[in-house]
Amino acid sequence: MAVKSASGAPATLPGGEAPAARNGFWGWINKRLPVDEFIREQLTGYFAPKNFNIWYFFGSLALVVLVLQLVTGIFLTMFYKVGEASSFDSVEYIMREVNYGWLIRYLHSTGASAFFIVVYLHMFRAFLYGSYRKPRELLWLFGMAVYLALMAEAFMGYVLPWGNMSFWGAQVIVNLFGTIPGIGPGLVEWIRGDYGIADATLNRFFSLHVAALPLGLLLLVALHLVALRRSGSNNPDGIEIKEKLGPDGTPLDGIPFHPYYTVKDVFGIGLFLVILAIIVFFVPTLGGLFLEAPNFEPANPLSTPEHIAPVWYFTPFYAILRAVPDQRMGALLMLLAVVSFLFMPWLDRSPVKSMRYRGWLSRTALALFAVSFVALGYLGLQPADGVYVVLARIFTVIYFAYFWLMPIYTKLDPVKPVPERVVYRAH
Amino acid sequence: MADHAVVADREVDLSRRKFLTQATIATGAVGAAVAAVPFIESWMPSERARAQGAPTELDISKLEAGQMTTTVWRRSPIYVVRRSPDMVKRIAGHDADLKDPNSLKSEQPPYAKNELRSRSPEFLVLVGTCTHLGCLPKQRFGAGELYPSWPGGFFCPCHGSRFDLAGRVFDGSPASINLRVPPYSYPNARTLLVGADEKGAA
Repeated sequence: MAVKSASGAPATLPGGEAPAARNGFWGWINKRLPVDEFIREQLTGYFAPKNFNIWYFFGSLALVVLVLQLVTGIFLTMFYKVGEASSFDSVEYIMREVNYGWLIRYLHSTGASAFFIVVYLHMFRAFLYGSYRKPRELLWLFGMAVYLALMAEAFMGYVLPWGNMSFWGAQVIVNLFGTIPGIGPGLVEWIRGDYGIADATLNRFFSLHVAALPLGLLLLVALHLVALRRSGSNNPDGIEIKEKLGPDGTPLDGIPFHPYYTVKDVFGIGLFLVILAIIVFFVPTLGGLFLEAPNFEPANPLSTPEHIAPVWYFTPFYAILRAVPDQRMGALLMLLAVVSFLFMPWLDRSPVKSMRYRGWLSRTALALFAVSFVALGYLGLQPADGVYVVLARIFTVIYFAYFWLMPIYTKLDPVKPVPERVVYRAH
Repeated sequence: MADHAVVADREVDLSRRKFLTQATIATGAVGAAVAAVPFIESWMPSERARAQGAPTELDISKLEAGQMTTTVWRRSPIYVVRRSPDMVKRIAGHDADLKDPNSLKSEQPPYAKNELRSRSPEFLVLVGTCTHLGCLPKQRFGAGELYPSWPGGFFCPCHGSRFDLAGRVFDGSPASINLRVPPYSYPNARTLLVGADEKGAA
């Protein structure tokens, strides 16, 4: 293959002429730091499929939200005072007295929800076009690791304001570890550092939230991107563009990432920021969906909120937890609901990647899964009784059937022939 | 420089090299594991947290029959109910609807491992956190308060677990064991001591 991405591109790459022995300041820099080489290899000489559609906005948006969360988080840390006695008041201080503190805090809290919206759409794109399939299994696994780290990060962040929902949310989630046979109770005490959710718990969650997990997230995102550069992006047709090279050794169906997709992504970022701003300025709590009402009163270990529900991005899994009338099985099924994603590359046995060329079986299965995920998300916000539990059980079954029957229905699925080249019409 | 030639001439003992490499890695791994111990131990409850978890006293002489009061021990709410004779009567007769009527799987001191789950019929002492996921069950002591056949007890608003007036869990609840009973004793007729019994402090 003429195009190499990782180990030094040939000097003749289109879109990235080798700098003809630059002189002066940039020459001095480039002799010591491979700036030009990096830009050529990763941007101007990195070829991405030319048939990307709207679903391909969400990867770059996730990066933008990550930066937003890092920046707003750093500033919040300057005013937030961790501690059982001070956390709640310091958040109120940020909201009322710090200049633009309300804006920084709402950007951070809305950013958390935005992160999950973007990541869920990014993942659905992978479901649609088979982006988790060979040779992108590791790319998928790193992505899932990012998702898991994000869940931990979001959960601990939610505890920090030390509102009543923070406290009881922490109580419920930490107690999930208590269902592990044998070591459960000891493990829960170790996590809390006290006989209940306490100052010690809050302090360690703060440390994990602002230092350990962000570092881990950055590392995982870097690995995700390196793995992406190795295999290249998938595309809506699920065709490997590296298999059809032109005379110059570049993919016939590829275009340089820069300027084509950087410009496209900048447009997407613009739209995203407009929507983010509308939420931040006009409906920052989104009717209790992004910030719950009970969290505006301080943590009270002697008063459970009438109705405990996590923030919307966890509710599908929470609904599964509550659908099971046994705590250990419920926790196990909830864990399995998250872990099932990891097995996608090996569960899917379809000869084609993209939904465009799959038959009615795969399409129906994905549609049912999407419906059950959203439905479980809704049910997780409702009280756990009556018809809600029955519905949650039905959708839980559909949820798991999607994953664990996949080896069967993807084999029986009547697929369509996949074209040689990507389907693309110039605009 | 002459030394180089000497080394190159000598045959390299690969098995010796492999052994030394593996021994180095193994020693390093053991060292890393031992070095991790203080960091892991630092997460255990501190001395201060342990001291604050000492037994706590409660005056029960002013509690009326049918009333409940809550005290705190080890950051958990402790429910203390003075059961009326009528309430005690309503504990019997629904064993078939319970997950663990005889408290075989549940957590309690030996003196509470009975049908009433208490030292005496009158006072019920429970850890007031749901054995499901730790919410606070609410008192629903009246017969028929939840549904016609409800014998009175506790209802957890979070995930709908139901317990009777001895803290025993009903079938169909997500919680799988009865409400926990803390160690407790009566140093005198008016006082309840939570966290300590004949065996000493918990």
